Amino acid sequence: MIPEIGHFALVLAFGVSICLAVFPLYGYLTNQNGFCATAKPLALLQGLALAVSFGVLMYGFLAHDFSIKYVADNSNLDLPWYFRMSAVWGAHEGSLLLWALILGFWGVAVALFSRGIPDHMSALVLSVMGMIGVGFLAFMLFTSNPFVRILPFAPGNGADLNPLLQDPGLIFHPPMLYMGYVGLSVAFAFAMASLISGKLDATWARWSRPWTTVAWAFLTLGIALGSWWAYYELGWGGWWFWDPVENASLIPWLVATALMHSLAVTEKRGLFRSWTLLLAIAGFSLSLLGTFLVRSGVLNSVHAFANDPERGVFILGFLIVVIGGSLTLYALRASKVSEPGEFGWISRESFLLFNNLVLTVMAVSVLLGTLYPLFVDAIGGGKVSVGPPFFNAVFVPLTAILVSGMAFGPLAKWRQSDDPKLYRPLIVTLIVSVVVGLVWPSIVGGAYSIATAVGVTLALWIAIATGLDVVRKIAVYGGISATFSRIEKGTIGMWLAHFGVGVMIFGVVMVENHTEHRDVRMGVGDSQRLGSYNVRMTDLAVINGPNYVADQATFQIYQAETLYKTVTPQKRRYNASGMVMTESAIDSGFTRDLYIAMGEPLGEGDWAVRLSVKPFVDWIWAGAFLMGLGGFVSITDKRYRKRIKEEKSEAAVEGATA
Amino acid sequence: MNRLMVWLPLGVFAILVGFFFKGLTLDPREQPSALIGQPVPAFELTDLNTGQLLSREMLPKEPFLLNVWASWCITCQVEHPYLTKLSEQMPVVGLNYKDTETAAKNWLQKLGDPYAMQIFDPSGRLGLDLGVAGAPETFLVDSSGVIHLRIQGEVNDRVFTQKIQPMLEMIQ
Repeated sequence: MIPEIGHFALVLAFGVSICLAVFPLYGYLTNQNGFCATAKPLALLQGLALAVSFGVLMYGFLAHDFSIKYVADNSNLDLPWYFRMSAVWGAHEGSLLLWALILGFWGVAVALFSRGIPDHMSALVLSVMGMIGVGFLAFMLFTSNPFVRILPFAPGNGADLNPLLQDPGLIFHPPMLYMGYVGLSVAFAFAMASLISGKLDATWARWSRPWTTVAWAFLTLGIALGSWWAYYELGWGGWWFWDPVENASLIPWLVATALMHSLAVTEKRGLFRSWTLLLAIAGFSLSLLGTFLVRSGVLNSVHAFANDPERGVFILGFLIVVIGGSLTLYALRASKVSEPGEFGWISRESFLLFNNLVLTVMAVSVLLGTLYPLFVDAIGGGKVSVGPPFFNAVFVPLTAILVSGMAFGPLAKWRQSDDPKLYRPLIVTLIVSVVVGLVWPSIVGGAYSIATAVGVTLALWIAIATGLDVVRKIAVYGGISATFSRIEKGTIGMWLAHFGVGVMIFGVVMVENHTEHRDVRMGVGDSQRLGSYNVRMTDLAVINGPNYVADQATFQIYQAETLYKTVTPQKRRYNASGMVMTESAIDSGFTRDLYIAMGEPLGEGDWAVRLSVKPFVDWIWAGAFLMGLGGFVSITDKRYRKRIKEEKSEAAVEGATA
Repeated sequence: MNRLMVWLPLGVFAILVGFFFKGLTLDPREQPSALIGQPVPAFELTDLNTGQLLSREMLPKEPFLLNVWASWCITCQVEHPYLTKLSEQMPVVGLNYKDTETAAKNWLQKLGDPYAMQIFDPSGRLGLDLGVAGAPETFLVDSSGVIHLRIQGEVNDRVFTQKIQPMLEMIQ
């Protein structure tokens, strides 16, 4: 009975989303305010229905209701309660429900926090989001319903959740990522609303800016969590694999990053309008495309969901409607957009344009690399795969180019900024960075690495240049507290994010060039050197977990003669699925991670053991965290909460001072 | 912006859609083997258990499975019980791939030896000729030594009923 409530709520949400898609748009086109006014209540109702539906599915997992096929396929009596909760989004149907729930959540958020926006505008935005909801809910109800039952004979036990996903990383990674993916739909909806209404001035940029920033921040954290999860759960010790699914999240991230920056130009100066609209459309379109690639089985990946051509056809149809429709509308309207104002060759605008170009080239190259196997296969060229060498060769130099501009951009002024005095402090910064960068590989030891020297130089260059900007602003405002209370929060957010980029690059450079890595044969009593430590295997045991059996090795890590730490990596075999998983043991530290993973049994009680020292690896995620944090700080700015009336006079003042 | 330029994104998307549509009909996992319809490549290798010299001519004269495995391969352990069951129905020839003699023998001793013969290929030479990407892989070979099917990864009940059985009925 209870699952039917969830199913009913899902059907209700579908019905509501149809109304949401139709009524406000109709109201707008016929100028009937009554119809426009239905947008907010409908958005709230849609969110509520989806929450009920999601809650019921989660209850099904917690209560072991194996009469629900999805629960039977992805849960087990032995599965701990916290993994039963995250199992809700552990496979195709449930993760779609999470996607829809989050779409509902963003709809509710727009309905609640859009008091500063004219009613007909928020009605249009919600209507566009309603259209997206119709597509996704139809997809669920017709091809991927999570409430399908196995009746009258429900199985006594379930098939268990994929062991790869039985990990705390999975509890947070998909919701964060989806908050980002789906959050981009808000920016998309704002862009569409302004295209529909034909009001293509700079105000829509201000309205959609905080939404874009917060979606970007979630996307950043979601990708970082995914990378962290891959690092310790997949058991390979890498942090990024250029897997199609990873790329599917990186591409919208790159576009969203470009969008955030071009929105700044559109908001402040009214420029790049047409380009910003295109980025807003592209950002969400590419996150939909990512969904298509993951769910349809078009590309091969370790993450791939069970694929089904029927679903693929449906999503492709949906993509054609959403992306094709929005790009057509764009083409019809954007040619009429005027670009008032000019800017000098060297100005804040030109640096942001440069940023946008580089980020777009990055996004396009990752997209091409990801889709290349599909292209070749489609024209009959057989199966090929594009590996990390291609992506690194393209991505690394582009990052270096992007980063060199990051130091200049924040110092430059709008319109015209070719006074060399402005950039003089950067010369000192550059000298310091280059000197430290050149010396650094020698401090690290080992063979001198030019890649490290360049990477560390760049990382320092951004970090110091960002610090310089902070100091300069403090000097202008006179005092630290005065600065932080009066300055735009977006500037603080930018500092955090740019500094985070420096931190991350430093981590990446160190891990990629200075990881010490050995695969050795070890038995009980054997010792191996690991960096400045000694690792000794002291015990091998068989451990019974709740739903798995594991070979567990105990390693004692000695620093000189004193015991530093005892760790226990495992090789698990999950009972229900028979899948074997590596649980690596990681000792995280500020300057390095010690990484120990069990490979294969070699007989006579010996195991192949993988030992690594990964210098500064946690800085990668710390940097990403700073970037995300910067995004959240940015949206606390007062000006996003202003009412309509105040806005006009404010805009005039800002236009004069900016 | 230029009148025509604004249509460019839509044009690019249309081309992508064409490729995606085509892509839906292709299975990225299916690795075509150049050897389908070809005889098993010639080889001269020893039998792991007996040390006897084996060649292509000594393969079974009825349809059989050629299973590429190694002691270092976890999935091989997973599929081993199923192959053992299958070996009652049809011969299963083992190709011990890039392994050491002791490790392979220990493995068979521990888990049982259902193989009709065991080609010992420590250098992976025959594996290379067969286009093996990794263990386990299983080939369905007919009575005249021609390969009809290549399966990458675990052989289980589903793979048997969906892929091996229909092909087996065709060649019998």
